[in-house]
Amino acid sequence: MPIFWLVLIVLAIGAAGYVAGRRRALASAGGDSRHLHSLPSYYGSNVAIKAVVPAFLLMIVWLLVQPLYVSNTVSGMLPQSAIPDNSSRGLVMAEVRRAAEGMNNAVAQGLMSEEFAGNARADVADVTQRLKDAGQIVTSQVTQPILRAAQRYRVMNSTGGQMMTIAVLVLSVLGSLWGLRESQAEYRARNIVERSIRALLVGAASIAVLTTLGIVLSLVFNTVEFFRLYPATDFFFGLNWAPSFSGRGGSSDLGILPLLWGTFYISLVALVVAVPIGLFAAIYLSEYASPRIRSFAKPLLEVLAGIPTIVYGLFALLTVGPLLLGVFGDEGLGIMQAGTAVMTAGLVLGIMLIPFVSSLSDDIINAVPQAMRDGSYGLGATKSETIKQVVLPAALPGIVGAILLAASRAIGETMIVVLGAGAAARLSLNPFEAMTTVTAKIVSQLTGDADFASPEALVAFALGMTLFVITLGLNIFALYIVRKYREQYE
Amino acid sequence: MYDAPASEQKVNQQTTKISARKVQVYYGDTHAIKDVDVDIEDRTVTAFIGPSGCGKSTFLRCLNRMNDTIDVARIEGDILLDGEDIYDKKVDPVQLRAKVGMVFQKPNPFPKSIYDNIAYGPRIHGLAKNKADLDEIVEKSLRRGAIWNEVKDRLHAPGTGLSGGQQQRLCIARAIATEPEVLLMDEPCSALDPIATGQVEELIDELRESYSVVIVTHSMQQAARVSQKTAFFHLGNLVEYGETGQIFTNPVDPRTESYITGRIG
Ligand SMILES: Nc1ncnc2c1ncn2[C@@H]1O[C@H](COP(=O)(O)OP(=O)(O)OP(=O)(O)O)[C@@H](O)[C@H]1O
Ligand SMILES: [Mg+2]
Repeated sequence: MPIFWLVLIVLAIGAAGYVAGRRRALASAGGDSRHLHSLPSYYGSNVAIKAVVPAFLLMIVWLLVQPLYVSNTVSGMLPQSAIPDNSSRGLVMAEVRRAAEGMNNAVAQGLMSEEFAGNARADVADVTQRLKDAGQIVTSQVTQPILRAAQRYRVMNSTGGQMMTIAVLVLSVLGSLWGLRESQAEYRARNIVERSIRALLVGAASIAVLTTLGIVLSLVFNTVEFFRLYPATDFFFGLNWAPSFSGRGGSSDLGILPLLWGTFYISLVALVVAVPIGLFAAIYLSEYASPRIRSFAKPLLEVLAGIPTIVYGLFALLTVGPLLLGVFGDEGLGIMQAGTAVMTAGLVLGIMLIPFVSSLSDDIINAVPQAMRDGSYGLGATKSETIKQVVLPAALPGIVGAILLAASRAIGETMIVVLGAGAAARLSLNPFEAMTTVTAKIVSQLTGDADFASPEALVAFALGMTLFVITLGLNIFALYIVRKYREQYE
Repeated sequence: MYDAPASEQKVNQQTTKISARKVQVYYGDTHAIKDVDVDIEDRTVTAFIGPSGCGKSTFLRCLNRMNDTIDVARIEGDILLDGEDIYDKKVDPVQLRAKVGMVFQKPNPFPKSIYDNIAYGPRIHGLAKNKADLDEIVEKSLRRGAIWNEVKDRLHAPGTGLSGGQQQRLCIARAIATEPEVLLMDEPCSALDPIATGQVEELIDELRESYSVVIVTHSMQQAARVSQKTAFFHLGNLVEYGETGQIFTNPVDPRTESYITGRIG
């Protein structure tokens, strides 16, 4: 039975349980809901929860475990002789799975009878031919053992599926009966429902936390793996970035410093653009603009924050790059070779960060109490004196926090630098030269056809880890500063 | 109702510091101050009394144009300072506020050091020629604000770290550091203990020698102690204005009488 139907049936059992539980609880109180411990709907929910939750949990666990179990059993069935020298058990198992899949599809299309697919003495050539006729992809490597394994694989999966359906339905019915038995007036249904809601929320929170943990762990493991293949000192202190994809290992230089320099340089240009403009825009919006101007300028600025970064990347590549080249290129000052450069990426990245800086700063400036401004005006200070000497110093920690958050976004930004900054890893001071960043190199290391076990590919994880540590540090520092600032007025 | 005859007004000409005529204040549609006429004399302490929400703070804020910072506020009528209309287009509110200082109802020290809080006004108006000069202004103001002894050892600690009453005295010291001609004080003693209140009242008395002081207060005793003139506001109207002694002993308007007796008991 398809999973979809199974889910629907379990939900239907739950719904029926809700109605029955509610009615039974009411009946036990003689139809007067005031004699119940909880509201009638809580009794219904209690039954529904007991019918649905354990059944779904069982289903999820079963769906996770069954493929592993089946694969393991079938894989154990394959004789050593069935695995070619230049292959591995994993590759052969993939073949088995593909064959089983092909047979499933062929049976579903009616091109192959169920008996034929399950026939233990079927001839390999015959089966292969029929699969090909059915339009299934079959490689020539389907051998007798693989065919047997595929047949076994199919059988185990289908019996497993049937067993799961039965187990889930039985559990659901048992759960609802249990819940119904409890639906008596004095039963504390509300407490059960409250606890279930709590469990649901805790579950959601832990999924978020566990995912983060999983991402970090996968980064860590792959980074450790990389450092086993490539010396850490060369990685952290190497001045040269020159991965080679032809000769495996050894000949590559994978020093992170040129990439970090590129990241740092581009982020610096971006911040030099974004911080003054964003900050001044925020001051104008919060202190000078009339409510009318503010009410349309602020959303407009926030639209800028909603533009996908790939669009900014295109803007860098197709507009800003050629524009800069026209001024600083060979026709102009002659210090720029190509459209892709630190300046191009930095400028566009800065534009991207303007709304980010201005909207955060605007909130922070608005949080400075009006009484502070009144105090200054009352002493005969002008508007700009008040802003410069009272409002900004009061908001400074928050603004610094906003700038740090912007910096960590600049460091992590990918699309704009991939398109705008060029691909050459270089330690240079000329902002009109092409350079590249950590993020851009992660993309290029993983999008090639490199073997994922080679240091040239694994280096991406080490780069990602480094970036992660840097931005995490910046974020924590920024949040610390922002929080400290908040305490001042609360 | 206070209605000075024309002849008396002429005599008061030299001593009248601020004169308000037919002042109306609106907050959006709310009519907060209705038709107020008042002459505030030089070298005099004038007390504004009245129930909460009657418009004392609002009227006080008109006198140094602090209502300009409230978008919805609208002011009509004339307010003359030394015979010049302060709402005239030629008048710079910034200069006006340097002349008419203000202490707010809630203490609002800047998030700066105690020293910088006091030095703020003198610095923006260029009152000190050098550092020693500024140090002297700061010390003198803190002494007059009756807070010098408590803060002299921590002039460079943040002003926001002081207690509420200390902050209020800091704000008073900050206001007198700029040497205003008129000092507007909105309930300056509401957060102070009796000792500090006594010190502030002494300061007010001392300021009277050279300035004109307007003080809003909810304490009848305080109004009676420190002021020479008292104005009673009720629902945005100026009900009665006159010599403090006369208002407290022999009020003309029944509303004044019931307010004063209701409070004093
Ligand atoms: N910023 C403002 N916006 C709108 N209405 C205001 C504003 N400030 C004051 N008001 C209104 O104006 C009226 C007078 O307020 P005001 O603050 O002058 O009273 P007050 O006499 O100082 O009272 P208190 O003794 O409680 O300080 C009140 O009704 C108040 O609601
Ligand atoms: Mg008030």
